[in-house]
Amino acid sequence: MSQEPVITVKDLTVALPRGADREHAVEGVSLSLAPGEVLCVVGESGSGKSVTANAMMGLLPKEVRPVAGTIEMDGRNLLTLSEREWQDLRGSDIAMIFQEPMTALNPLQRIGDQIAEVFEAHGALSSKERQAKALSLIEEVGLPDPEKAVRAYPFELSGGQRQRAMIAMALALEPKLLIADEPTTALDVTTQAQILELMADLRRRRGMAILFITHDFGVVAEIGDRVVVMRYGEVVEQGTVGDVLGRPTHPYTQRLIAAVPPLTPPPPRNRNDDAPILTVEGLNKTFRSGGGLFSKARVVKAVTDVTFKIGRGETLGIVGESGSGKSTAGRCIVRLLDPDSGAIDLLGEDWSAKSGAALRQARKRVQMIFQDPYASLNPRRKVASILTEGPVANGVAREKALARAQELIGLVGLDPSALDRFPHEFSGGQRQRIGIARALAMDPEVLVADEAVSALDVSVQAQVLELLADIRDRFHLALIFITHDLCVAAQICDRIAVMRRGEIVEMGPTEAVFGNPQHSYTQALLGAVPGWGENSPLAEGRRVAGAAS
Amino acid sequence: MTKSKDFWRRYSRNRGAVVGLGLIWVVILVALLAPLLYPDSPWRMVQRPFLPPFAVDGFWFGTDTLGRDIGSGLAHGARVSLVIGLVSTVVALLIGVPIGAAAGYFGGRWDDALMRFTEFFQTIPSFALAIVLVAILEPSLGSIVLAIAIVGWPPVARLVRGEFLSLRSREYVQAAVLSGQTSGAIIFKQILPNTLSPVIVLASLMVATAILLESSLSFLGLGDPNVMSWGYMIGAARTVLRQAWWMSVFPGLAILLTVLALNLIGEGLNDALNPRLAREGR
Repeated sequence: MSQEPVITVKDLTVALPRGADREHAVEGVSLSLAPGEVLCVVGESGSGKSVTANAMMGLLPKEVRPVAGTIEMDGRNLLTLSEREWQDLRGSDIAMIFQEPMTALNPLQRIGDQIAEVFEAHGALSSKERQAKALSLIEEVGLPDPEKAVRAYPFELSGGQRQRAMIAMALALEPKLLIADEPTTALDVTTQAQILELMADLRRRRGMAILFITHDFGVVAEIGDRVVVMRYGEVVEQGTVGDVLGRPTHPYTQRLIAAVPPLTPPPPRNRNDDAPILTVEGLNKTFRSGGGLFSKARVVKAVTDVTFKIGRGETLGIVGESGSGKSTAGRCIVRLLDPDSGAIDLLGEDWSAKSGAALRQARKRVQMIFQDPYASLNPRRKVASILTEGPVANGVAREKALARAQELIGLVGLDPSALDRFPHEFSGGQRQRIGIARALAMDPEVLVADEAVSALDVSVQAQVLELLADIRDRFHLALIFITHDLCVAAQICDRIAVMRRGEIVEMGPTEAVFGNPQHSYTQALLGAVPGWGENSPLAEGRRVAGAAS
Repeated sequence: MTKSKDFWRRYSRNRGAVVGLGLIWVVILVALLAPLLYPDSPWRMVQRPFLPPFAVDGFWFGTDTLGRDIGSGLAHGARVSLVIGLVSTVVALLIGVPIGAAAGYFGGRWDDALMRFTEFFQTIPSFALAIVLVAILEPSLGSIVLAIAIVGWPPVARLVRGEFLSLRSREYVQAAVLSGQTSGAIIFKQILPNTLSPVIVLASLMVATAILLESSLSFLGLGDPNVMSWGYMIGAARTVLRQAWWMSVFPGLAILLTVLALNLIGEGLNDALNPRLAREGR
């Protein structure tokens, strides 16, 4: 592309306030975008990718300031603009869409008015023209029933529709550059595929440059022309998507790409099929909310007639999109929720019928690993107490529990000194290891992992998955692995159950479900996973990276 | 201890809070040293009545209508004010925290029942209720403390309930449930320590309100007749306000400064304990 670049960032360095864990949020970052180009900035959390984007929008927090370099657009250095000049620029030349469309839209304003407001802020068009333009934009981004969507409030739209509305707002003044900060991360995989398609389509039609920030290499492979890989605020590698993903040269990029879980499951393990340890039959759970004298209660059938078996040493994956009832099913199995009906049989005992003290005493047999590594550990208790209070509550002597905690903390790959520290002193992946150790401290027979690696960076994700597989084999546990991420599920699960709207639509051995999906919904899900289509550079990149490391 | 250092750094960023802390130290010091500074009973008549401030050496604050030393009254009154403020706040916390915790943790019918009970107390004007309680129980230190605590606990219960409602669904609480811990252990070991920051801030403000309430009760003559208090001094001086300003101004200033100090401390604690909510540009 020999055209004049839309925007050029040169040697950008942004300082963090004193006392932060490093001096600069980004250091010496250079990149440029040609018209109609999609540049992906990819990196793990803390790599400075969002700071770079915010600097290009003039949206840095007050304490975080650029100290060196330039951001050039139309012959102007954006870093020297006044707030007033920024306001003119934002929306008209550069627009931004965010990760969470619910919080980025004003909940009390109709979609059409919010789009019209963009024109109003820049003093463009008459009020009637604004409304007409809003309608045509809504049509362009493919919101169903545009006439109605104009008058809808954000809460009346689904997540994907809200993201479409955000894009319509961003497109309003025909910016030359669209900055998209993880725009599909909060969306389901099928919705994500639609939004990616919309963005690619808009780029083609409008010749707009897109800076796409993401942590997901699959998304990069799907939509990017060129890619910038960032780590610790520095660019480690940059080039075309085919080159960087297909033939990564920097060791860090190679490590990252090697850690990306592929959509193809590894060959099945040789397992001698044990008798099932946990049998779930006809599980039902319905939520009722609201409902008073004048309004009807809202009834949601979260889990309908779920039936499965799992043996020792086996991993059953429950996959599905948000609202499919997979988490509710998991919570019923660990008895954080009481199922409405259905039987859960744990080694001949009726697990679903226990209650009160009997349930409390039996709880240690079925443990859970949670999603959010930041919310799942009590911030005010040291790791030693976090690991011992469960066993102690079950009558284990304190010294014995502490000795076991020491053993477990080593087993999950942490230093024994970790026991004396508080959770906030650990990174996300380390916290997740502590969560796993906590579950193991109870000597469970069944382990339910609810999105246990979803909040982790891809390299950490691979390590935690390995750890989970390791402890499953070492302790001969039944592992129920709940996830929305099909690639992750493919790596660890022996069998997969696909859930939709509370029902299991397909269940079978992993290689069968991935290789020859029977149900149309499974096929749609697999088809929507970004980055693993034909001629994807990622498969090649994994081979190269694997050979290098 | 880097943790306490860090706390102090955030606290001292709020200058008013440091001033408040200094003021409250002065009040505490005066209260502690009262028996040494003024060994005599503050009720004893020691000079001629209506002595203005600084007229006679050793009587810098003047005397009241009966010739009692105002300075002595201030110092001994500080003890009463602080004791009543602290003890009644502790009692209010002892009532409010368990009720709020139970309502928030168990939810459902428990929540409904306990919150209706709490609202019952909130609907009665607190000062009127305090007067009625003290009048029924006969004025004494104990009955005043009890009355202030009884009108003071509902906000505590509401605050703790709100915190429990939001913390109850945290994953670490669910993990504690799964590990077979009893509800009691979960409430006290897992959730309660995480609600303390806002409760401490509220408590510091409650001490201030308690001191004001005690002064108001004493002003109306409902104070403990055996102890000197700032409110009583103002009450006794109100008939001679135009002849002898010092009799009501000094105890009034004492109340003002103490309550102000406690409020400043509360704000500083809020900044230090909830750093993310602290206002910008301080």
